[in-house]
Amino acid sequence: MAKNRYSLNVNGQRRQVEAEPDEPLLWVLRDFLGLTGTKFACGEGECGACSVLIDGDEYPSCQVSVEDVAGGEEIVTIEGLGKPGELSPVQKAFMDYTAFGCGYCTPGMIIAATALLRSNPHPTRDQIIAAMDHHLCRCATYPNVLVAIESLAGSSDEEDN
Amino acid sequence: MKELTYYLTEPVPETPKPQEKAEPWTETKIVGRPEPRVDGYQRTSGGAIYPSDVNLPGMLHGAILRCPHPHARVTSIDTSKAEAMPGVHVVITDKTPGADIPWYESSQRGDSRLFDDHCRFEGEAVAAVAAETPYQAWDAARAIEVEFEVLPFTVDFKKALDDDAPIVWGTTNRTRDARTYERGDIAAGFTAADVVLEETYNIECQLHMPMESFGSVAQWEGGKLTVWHSTQGVYPIQQGLAQNFGLPLSHVRAIGHYVGGAFGAKLWTGKYSAIAALLAKIAARPVKLFVTREETLLCVGNRPAVQMRLKAGVKRDGTLVALEMENLGSGGAYSGSGTGSADFQTRDLYLCPNVRTVSHDVYINAGEQRPMRAPGHPQNSWALEQMMDALAEAIDMCPVELRLKNIPTVSQARGDRPYSTTGFKECLEEGAEEFGWSEAREAEAANGHLKRGVGVAGCLWAAGAGGPPSTAVVRYFSDGSCNLNMGASDIGTGTKTVMAMVVAEELGVPLERITIEYADTGTTQYASASGGSKTVPTESPAVRDAALNCKSQIIKMAAGELEVPAEDLVLENGEVRSTVDPDKSIAVGQVRAFRASQVVVGVGYRGPNPEDTVTCPFAAQFCEVEVNTLTGEVKVLRFLGAHESGRVMNRMTYDNQIYGGITMGIGLGMTERRILDSNQTGKMVNRNFHDYKIPTALDVPADISTVAIDLGDTFNTTGAKGIGEPVTIPTAPAIANAVYNAVGVRITDTPINPTTLAAKLAAKREGRG
Repeated sequence: MAKNRYSLNVNGQRRQVEAEPDEPLLWVLRDFLGLTGTKFACGEGECGACSVLIDGDEYPSCQVSVEDVAGGEEIVTIEGLGKPGELSPVQKAFMDYTAFGCGYCTPGMIIAATALLRSNPHPTRDQIIAAMDHHLCRCATYPNVLVAIESLAGSSDEEDN
Repeated sequence: MKELTYYLTEPVPETPKPQEKAEPWTETKIVGRPEPRVDGYQRTSGGAIYPSDVNLPGMLHGAILRCPHPHARVTSIDTSKAEAMPGVHVVITDKTPGADIPWYESSQRGDSRLFDDHCRFEGEAVAAVAAETPYQAWDAARAIEVEFEVLPFTVDFKKALDDDAPIVWGTTNRTRDARTYERGDIAAGFTAADVVLEETYNIECQLHMPMESFGSVAQWEGGKLTVWHSTQGVYPIQQGLAQNFGLPLSHVRAIGHYVGGAFGAKLWTGKYSAIAALLAKIAARPVKLFVTREETLLCVGNRPAVQMRLKAGVKRDGTLVALEMENLGSGGAYSGSGTGSADFQTRDLYLCPNVRTVSHDVYINAGEQRPMRAPGHPQNSWALEQMMDALAEAIDMCPVELRLKNIPTVSQARGDRPYSTTGFKECLEEGAEEFGWSEAREAEAANGHLKRGVGVAGCLWAAGAGGPPSTAVVRYFSDGSCNLNMGASDIGTGTKTVMAMVVAEELGVPLERITIEYADTGTTQYASASGGSKTVPTESPAVRDAALNCKSQIIKMAAGELEVPAEDLVLENGEVRSTVDPDKSIAVGQVRAFRASQVVVGVGYRGPNPEDTVTCPFAAQFCEVEVNTLTGEVKVLRFLGAHESGRVMNRMTYDNQIYGGITMGIGLGMTERRILDSNQTGKMVNRNFHDYKIPTALDVPADISTVAIDLGDTFNTTGAKGIGEPVTIPTAPAIANAVYNAVGVRITDTPINPTTLAAKLAAKREGRG
């Protein structure tokens, strides 16, 4: 398949890539743009490790083609959360509550929690569990993930999670 | 000076006095606190570089063509089409010079090779490709034309010894003669028993399923090989590759800083490691080769299924008098041991004078086992702990009480040597108290079709003591900051954090002023792989020894200059000061002798464990379930893990291990199993995350609590035992016991799922159960 030129909106920057139209966004991010914080674990949209934000919603980047996001959609990866050198509140909560074991599924978890808190700043415990259920973690720090997200769900600062 | 208070909320307090020989800690200031991870920023920012994230200039991508049949012989391979495809640099097969690497040498029948034309399981490697992109590599691998002579297969281990079972190797599928353990007089034991029960239990094959795949990035520079390898131990990787390629150890550098989960499956190299290095060598380019998720289900290890027949005799007063167990299992096509350690707790967890166990192992046409989180123990526990529950009911005794009646103080299976500590009693008693066991047992739980029940199960983990060898180095700089150098991996458990806490404890250095070099054979000290729940008990005494060595050198230097005896000096925040005269102090960087070297290097070693005692972690877990008697669904409502693993080094990492182990145990008990199609194809049918179900947030109770038992074990200088494996041993039988308590149905075969339970409930209602 022939390669096309795409201009992607990644973490607030225009990034030019040459790729085949069906190239998964996951590999564009990891192999073309060097954004390896987004992880590969299954390639089948079943585990959540490769989640990114596209226009504020969570998507598994292994199931999104570069063509799908070539229209200037706002793509945010784990590296694009927070300010440069400064963690976002969700990242900080995951760090403070040790809401990870090996940390490999963590970027996807943090993306999911960010999307959840943006759409629902005060989720209940059940809503958090339901929203995180498609994220597999073999170290199984699910209780800490819950506590980390709950620590933000109760906060009055609803901005910029 | 204002410290960066990233992690610390208070200044580092005074450190212990210097000692020539490390005495066990009495009280600690840092160790034991619930400290967040020192690498938390890297792991939450996306900045941590896992081996599968490593991209090098000019790097190619590898792919492995695997045998699609459970048993076949390769009759021809034509690589010409693949070699002509775009982006392809190298295609390798058994014929490739340098590919004739012996493999499976550790098994009894080690005459196989890297690419063997006799493929004994689905997923065996047949050929491999390196190409410019992953997709080109995969396209080319699929374009390799292989003709197979398909052979009859055996994938059901229970039928492997049938007369008509196809043979995996040689003339019999039996891997070795049955192994027997015996003590006392088993027949006399059963004669003396008031109650004898017998049951067959089956536990299915579980897969490790770490989130990061298996593989490496391999790069040659002349005759030297560097690999970035997802692994639990860089030294076994170095040794494996040096052997494969006939290299001096000094010419193989293995780096494994981060690893995205392992659980025992990444203790050493795989064929994928050697294939990546061989592709890179021939292509003269770096090669990245990480296997696909599907491959991780087929051929990189598993926890074997075991069939266990258990017969037990008990007296009316709860005294166990006889245990007899016969196990059958398979480690796949190449491992001789599928039943390894699956009888150990039968021998050792409870006081019992008359014990006999027999283990049978067979080969089948399936992927080889690898150690998985407490090998053999969860299988053993599934049978033993359900039997204890049944015995307790048979003599009308509380299951906790029955266990308390039979607590061991010596390791009966290891020469009757005493345990350094046996916290089993405390785990049961304090766990039951915290859980509210008695109240929950007696609670009337009639809520229509929803029935509640509680269950308990106990365990020990045969290893978990750690031991030599290990070397650690601490470098203390002039500004009071330090660097710890150790070879151990941090497999996601918090090893780095715990070791930094040990350094902080001894040297009075805030955690954020400590950096760590680790898991790199090129730059760090020797450590064995992080497995067996031994990393903290192995490494922490070595790290402590290095820090003490560092401290005593610094104090000696300052003592001369301050004219104060060394025993009156403490080291804290980069300063040595007198505990007697507060005016006498000096910054380490100002000490003349220190200025002459600018850095003090402390070296520490792991000493041996006492020979006259045995050290094991013990545990008891309690859970409450709700069973829907109409649908057979089981909801795990809450869990409690009471663990005696010596000193709690960091309560946060400790608790995380318990959460993780219980969750993996819920998977083992309720959803996880490798399904091989034994009738038609011999192939695995559930080879993805959708069909092989590991627990998610909805499957685990939000209410998991922990009880830490520390009896002050002094078998090493930090008092720490392992925690990572015992946490998953008793979980599945605790659930099964709770289900029995709820509805009176005994689930002897995993998984505890609606299909099984609904059928058993129906049978019970109709008087058949």
